[in-house]
Amino acid sequence: MGLLEFAKKLEPDKKKSPFLHTVYDGFFTFLFTPNTVTRGGVHVRDAMDLKRTMTFVVLALMLPFVFGTYNIGQQHFMAIGQHTGYFEALHLKLVFGLIKIVPIWVVSMVVGLGIEFYFANRKGHGIEEGFLVTGALIPLIMPPDIPLWILTVSIVFAVILGKEAFGGTGMNIWNIALLSRVFVFFAYPTTISGDTVWVAGFDQLAPGAAVDYGWADYLFNGLFNAFGWSTFNDSAHITDAFTGATPLGIAAHAGWHEVTEVYAPSQMWWGVIPGSIGETSKPLILIGALMLIVTGIASWRIMAGMILGAALVALGLNAWGATPFMEVPWYYQFYMGSFFFAMAFMATDPVTGSNTPRGKWIYGFLIGCIGMVIRVLNPAYPEGWMLAILLLNTFVPLIDYLVVQSNITKRLKRA
Amino acid sequence: MGMRKTALSGIFIISGFLTIQAQSSTASSSSNSFWIVLIVVVLAALGLLVDLFYRKGSKAPSYVGGGKFVGLQKGFNLNVQGAANAKVVEATASRFAVIPPNFRGISPIPKMEVNEGDEVKAGDPLFHDKNDESIKYVAPVSGEVIAINRGEKRSIAEIVILADKDQKYRALPALDLQKADRTSLVSHLKASGFWPLINQRPFDVIADPEVTPKNIFISTFDTAPLAPDLNLVVEGQEEAFQMGLDVLGKLTDGKVYLGLNANGQQAPSKAFTGAQHVEKTWFKGEHPAGNVGVQIHHIAPIKNGDVVWTLGVQEVITLGKLIRDQRMDLSRIVVIAGSEVQDPHYVRTVAGANLGELLAGNLKDSHHRIISGDVLTGEAKSPEGFLNIHDDQVTVIPEGDYYDTFGWLVPGKAIPSLSKTYLNSWVGHKAYNVDTNTHGEKRALVVTGQYEKVLPMNIYPQHLIKAILAGDLETMEGLGILELSEEDMALCEYVCTSKSPLQKILRDGLDAIREQG
Repeated sequence: MGLLEFAKKLEPDKKKSPFLHTVYDGFFTFLFTPNTVTRGGVHVRDAMDLKRTMTFVVLALMLPFVFGTYNIGQQHFMAIGQHTGYFEALHLKLVFGLIKIVPIWVVSMVVGLGIEFYFANRKGHGIEEGFLVTGALIPLIMPPDIPLWILTVSIVFAVILGKEAFGGTGMNIWNIALLSRVFVFFAYPTTISGDTVWVAGFDQLAPGAAVDYGWADYLFNGLFNAFGWSTFNDSAHITDAFTGATPLGIAAHAGWHEVTEVYAPSQMWWGVIPGSIGETSKPLILIGALMLIVTGIASWRIMAGMILGAALVALGLNAWGATPFMEVPWYYQFYMGSFFFAMAFMATDPVTGSNTPRGKWIYGFLIGCIGMVIRVLNPAYPEGWMLAILLLNTFVPLIDYLVVQSNITKRLKRA
Repeated sequence: MGMRKTALSGIFIISGFLTIQAQSSTASSSSNSFWIVLIVVVLAALGLLVDLFYRKGSKAPSYVGGGKFVGLQKGFNLNVQGAANAKVVEATASRFAVIPPNFRGISPIPKMEVNEGDEVKAGDPLFHDKNDESIKYVAPVSGEVIAINRGEKRSIAEIVILADKDQKYRALPALDLQKADRTSLVSHLKASGFWPLINQRPFDVIADPEVTPKNIFISTFDTAPLAPDLNLVVEGQEEAFQMGLDVLGKLTDGKVYLGLNANGQQAPSKAFTGAQHVEKTWFKGEHPAGNVGVQIHHIAPIKNGDVVWTLGVQEVITLGKLIRDQRMDLSRIVVIAGSEVQDPHYVRTVAGANLGELLAGNLKDSHHRIISGDVLTGEAKSPEGFLNIHDDQVTVIPEGDYYDTFGWLVPGKAIPSLSKTYLNSWVGHKAYNVDTNTHGEKRALVVTGQYEKVLPMNIYPQHLIKAILAGDLETMEGLGILELSEEDMALCEYVCTSKSPLQKILRDGLDAIREQG
């Protein structure tokens, strides 16, 4: 095995440079499952390990990732009224999307993994895989134009105070990715809420504003010209008909009918709408969700409970019908916002979610209920899932305590 | 099972419906609501029905009769290569050992009654517990004591006996079972050396002679990987087995419970199904359905303060012979299995046989691990080691100290796995060549809900483990630690994604509670 010998040759000395060794070990164990054998206890082990678990979540995120990249471009070109067809000038949209998403992705991985490596070395354990998923989730829940320094600060906050302070992977109380988002949400609200942050590539998001490609048009236009493809047009302006508002933003004050004036239901369902990078395309997220359920990695109980809770509250709000937003038909609530993304990838985090089968139902159901209440009834917050999940994260120990306590009481009653 | 698939199809169908609905804007909203609610209701009903069907347990087989039937849904059969042929061969082992640490609950340094070089008969006492002199630990064979090996802190690791060609037995006083009362029976068992073979729950330790057990439980089948077929073991010993059950009936105020196997194509041996003066319960399900701890949980769960006894089938046979033949006969039928064994089969030998001698000439390769017991709960031994007292199985599997390229990514692997991320866990039930590789490194506990899938008891294993790690004795007891032994947690440890040593943690917890008294 040539690769193995080569990798072994690179191994830094553990005593001389412990940090390098920790990092090396982290990468080496990705190339090769280590040759450790069982000692004491069981003599054989299941083939499943945490690396594979985490990798499968990342794989499930790949479709929203690709679509998010495309949608950054699509939203941009729809704003300037060029290449508005979904399949027109795909190269421009993808390149534009990549220019936006790659820095976010790199920053989130480098900052997060850097902290992870530092703490792994300090505490003298192997690098845990937890941040793989967190680092893949964070770019998907941010607006495309988020300033990278804000992103960095939010990740440092979330990983150090949210995770390492509690003891590292598996010990945190709140979902790390959501913690970084909620940090941006409260510390820098203008970068992550309102109608003017969801479409990328402009100095300001208002009719008549000029595009701002930076270096992209110099770099790529020559290349695209050589192929005879369409190119970036740096003299374009935002069209007068453009509104940067998300469907939720419109529905919140004007109701469902106004939403459909701007966005067709199919457009919302397939995800060609402004929003956080990875949250918009419902079918692709659901494919990821199904993949996680089929492989048994994410809890179907939490997902089912959440759908049930959200649907019930939405039905109730329909019946109440005091505001235009309450009258939005309950199943159309699922077309808007980030419900499915939160359901598939955020609520199901096994560390911060409930541990018991019954607790998972309760946990999911309450997220569904509370998230919908925040979305519809609270005028300050446009979307409810982030806050609902963090809130329920806080109450997970209580839910599990009650479930476990009922088991204990049952056992005592035998006597 | 059923519920997960139903939820899956539910989400699938609803998302499909929403997809179609997204394309058309004509349908009125009330009819949409109606259809979605209808789909959800129908699916929920279907899911409950399927679940009910699953839970009822694939029905009891036709041979089940005379006794309660319990269908267990949770569990996992580890399908391992190297199953034994149903032939029993006389073993040629010459050295046998009694290993004091095998007897859980004995004081660390027992008091020796023999010295190296002494001649002993089978059934002669070798040593006794310092705390209770009346409990004797006896020689399994007659011969010369050739070694008393010491372990840490001068504890006694093993007493090795070179067996005589012709076995001589210590003659024991006759005991009339009809007339004997419990006290005389107990002192007879202690003096004859049988007592240390009786285990008690809680704690899974040698039974406390002061306590009369509430009930006695015997599992008549073993679902562990490559475990021996006890129907084969009991063949020709039916009378001794029944005799042993009768003796046990005198030792408890409650009942003697037999757990019977309802998994097979055919009914188990007549010795089990036709046993007299016992309560029978049939169990159907994957491993650990054959574990006596799981069976107790479903027959008559241990309450706080209860003490019950557990015995293996071969121990019951020994007990029967003890009374019938008036001698301590520790002969055992042991299965030799595993993918590294050339010809897996059963051998007739005596408890504590030397493993190297049992396996001589029957191994494929030198890079293997010899295990006294099964791959989940057994103990790794060198060829110089000896069979543990309660084991009726020797397993030999390859060592797994190799590197595996991109082990976390490949879609399929020739390793049995509970994880559906491996394609091979979806298809078939072929036997796997397992090795001792850990398939990943130890991590913090992250994944939830996987232990519950393989423990068919109403217990929250993950919370129990966390309570033990936190040293919270009250919660441990509340969560049912007293019902468990290592073997019951072994599968949880096998499936654990974080590669945690659950059996050791459980034993630490049990020890902590026992020390508290």
